[in-house]
Amino acid sequence: MTAFGKLIRTTAFRLTLVYLLLFALFAASLLAYFAWNTRRLITEQITTTVNAEASEINEIYLRRGLRGLAFTVGNRALRPGANLYLITTPTGVALGGNIGSLAPGVMATTGWSETAYRRLDEGDNAEHRALVKVTELSNGFRLLIGRDLEERRRLFGIVAKAAQWSLLVVIVLGIGGGIFVARRVLRRIDAMTGTTQRIMAGDLSGRLPVGRSGDELDRLAENLNAMLERIEALMNGLKEVSDNIAHDLKTPLTRLRNRAEEALARSGSEADYRAALERTIEESDGLIRTFNALLMIARAESGQARGNMDDFDAADVANGIFELYEPLAEDDGMALKVKAAPATIHGNRELISQALANLVENAIKYGKPEPAAQPLGADAVTASREILIEATREGDQVLLSVTDHGPGIPEVDRKHAVERFVRLEASRTLPGSGLGLSLASAVATLHGGELRLADAHPGLVATLAIPARAGGDRLAAQTQDVPQKVA
Amino acid sequence: MHEKVSRAMVTEINPVTSSANSSPNPSMRLLIIEDDRESADYLVKAFREVGHVADLASDGEEGLALADSGEYDVLVVDRMLPKRDGLSLIGTLREKGNRTPALILSALGQVDDRIKGLRAGGDDYLPKPYSFAELLARVEVLSRRHGGPAEETVYKVGDLELDRLSHRVARGKEELTLQPREFRLLEYLMKHAGQVVTRTMLLENVWDYHFDPQTNVIDVHISRLRSKIDKGFDRPLLHTIRGAGYMIRDGIR
Repeated sequence: MTAFGKLIRTTAFRLTLVYLLLFALFAASLLAYFAWNTRRLITEQITTTVNAEASEINEIYLRRGLRGLAFTVGNRALRPGANLYLITTPTGVALGGNIGSLAPGVMATTGWSETAYRRLDEGDNAEHRALVKVTELSNGFRLLIGRDLEERRRLFGIVAKAAQWSLLVVIVLGIGGGIFVARRVLRRIDAMTGTTQRIMAGDLSGRLPVGRSGDELDRLAENLNAMLERIEALMNGLKEVSDNIAHDLKTPLTRLRNRAEEALARSGSEADYRAALERTIEESDGLIRTFNALLMIARAESGQARGNMDDFDAADVANGIFELYEPLAEDDGMALKVKAAPATIHGNRELISQALANLVENAIKYGKPEPAAQPLGADAVTASREILIEATREGDQVLLSVTDHGPGIPEVDRKHAVERFVRLEASRTLPGSGLGLSLASAVATLHGGELRLADAHPGLVATLAIPARAGGDRLAAQTQDVPQKVA
Repeated sequence: MHEKVSRAMVTEINPVTSSANSSPNPSMRLLIIEDDRESADYLVKAFREVGHVADLASDGEEGLALADSGEYDVLVVDRMLPKRDGLSLIGTLREKGNRTPALILSALGQVDDRIKGLRAGGDDYLPKPYSFAELLARVEVLSRRHGGPAEETVYKVGDLELDRLSHRVARGKEELTLQPREFRLLEYLMKHAGQVVTRTMLLENVWDYHFDPQTNVIDVHISRLRSKIDKGFDRPLLHTIRGAGYMIRDGIR
């Protein structure tokens, strides 16, 4: 495609052509209107003047007779820029005036007519046109008064010329402007294309040029830049995540390998080998769990699990998890309680159950009252060892919360706690993969909700806030989480 | 890596399964359809070690042809296979009217993959990496389901009786009071009496959860159940199988 071909294919150029056509039409109609009106005005003016003069001369004729008429006409005909006059006898012989010749038959009919004529005093043979009025005087004499139409013709010529020129100017300016605008736009678009190609080639730091005019292209470029910013941040996040995965999977792998090596190097009894192997299995099971949790989070975050969504009652989930964990909590010296009101959620039951299970496991693991707690009565001790699972509906949200009375999480760390691997980092010395909150958060996000951590004075309230199933609002509930996922 | 792990488990479970072989679960004929040579060989060997007969097919077409002969008690099918993938293999078999129980092994361990696998006609689904103990327990349960007796209304193990219709449980002459979930837990264990039942199997079948709890939730439920059915009786019926799971059975130890 040649540069010119590219140019005339641009939207800007095509738009210019359309505007050009419209503008030319507009100019032409304006000029036509002007010309027509001018012509009408001039004609009207001539008619008025001629009529006035006709009645004036007629009066002179009535007062002073033919002689007076001839005298007046003769005088007036000699004035510079005079009107046209002609007096004829009933037989058609000219008695006076300034007309040399007329088109035949003009004097035969009275009233207005347009005719070709020649002046008496002009030597040239040029024919002129005039608008004339023929009136019959008494006893067959006829008087012609008229006005040359040269003025009108000239004006018409001027208008026609103006039309020609303006059309030419419109076309030249239009095409020129079109090319200018198209090239300007094309240059900016080409710059954007160049940047996007560089970005596609892998250089994510590239940004589109943004002008200062704040026009639609600048706004587009700004938005695209914001998008690129986001993508770059995501890519960096991904890189960080994979670095962390590498670290967090490699550490136990190294431990695993070291143990195997150690067992191999030491010639021990069968029981020693067995113990080493058992520890190896334990370690690898832990690894598998971490891996599964990571995959699950990734899956929830990418929204792939959205296929298996159904309507179900949050209270059932709360009761189910309560029932599953109640004995475990009791064995651990905690009192698990449940308080659930029916509330319908549209979502993945399995994932929500797992998210809630994670919160309960956390509460059992970390929600024990601090040993330093004041030695109050037996009642206070029971209360502080209580873990409450709640399912409630609040406005258009369903809240699934787990409240413990342990040390809680300091406010500054709460946002941090949900993040993947940051948490993992902090809980490295504790049992478990440390991904529980991350998964719970990812699951909440997948459902268009969020995981909230708050103070229970003392302790932690972890709440999965999920949009309630609104009647017939299935699609909205499924799609609305996309923009919220970024945080 | 999991090979070593699982071998360790085999030695663990051996005494159990060989003694179990005598009664409810005799030797099975298995077809393993797995393209990874090493894990396939390992599986064949491990199944043979516990007294089962295992054949091997290394791609989907070969697996389909062999499975179609219909002589197997259980098929162990890898999800991703050359020539024909596992799900299509099972689907084709089912279309032909072959109902041999099939367990799907898959590296895609997610909930929706499992649902897809079961929809395609699979009877059970086990994500990789798995322990051999888990696989063995599941395969044995599947096999019994295939050729097993019609569902009984009363399960009996030793002097423990569970009536599924009236929801009554009694040990000897003593009536036992169980919570609904404890009842279902015992029901599942007794349905598979003499077979190893893993923790994941319990979580899936009794609670209908398919995730992996980070803690020993199931163990606590079992110990509660145990305190109700075994406490105060001279012969324990509910046994813990180390490295694998639980088994209800009269006459071990």
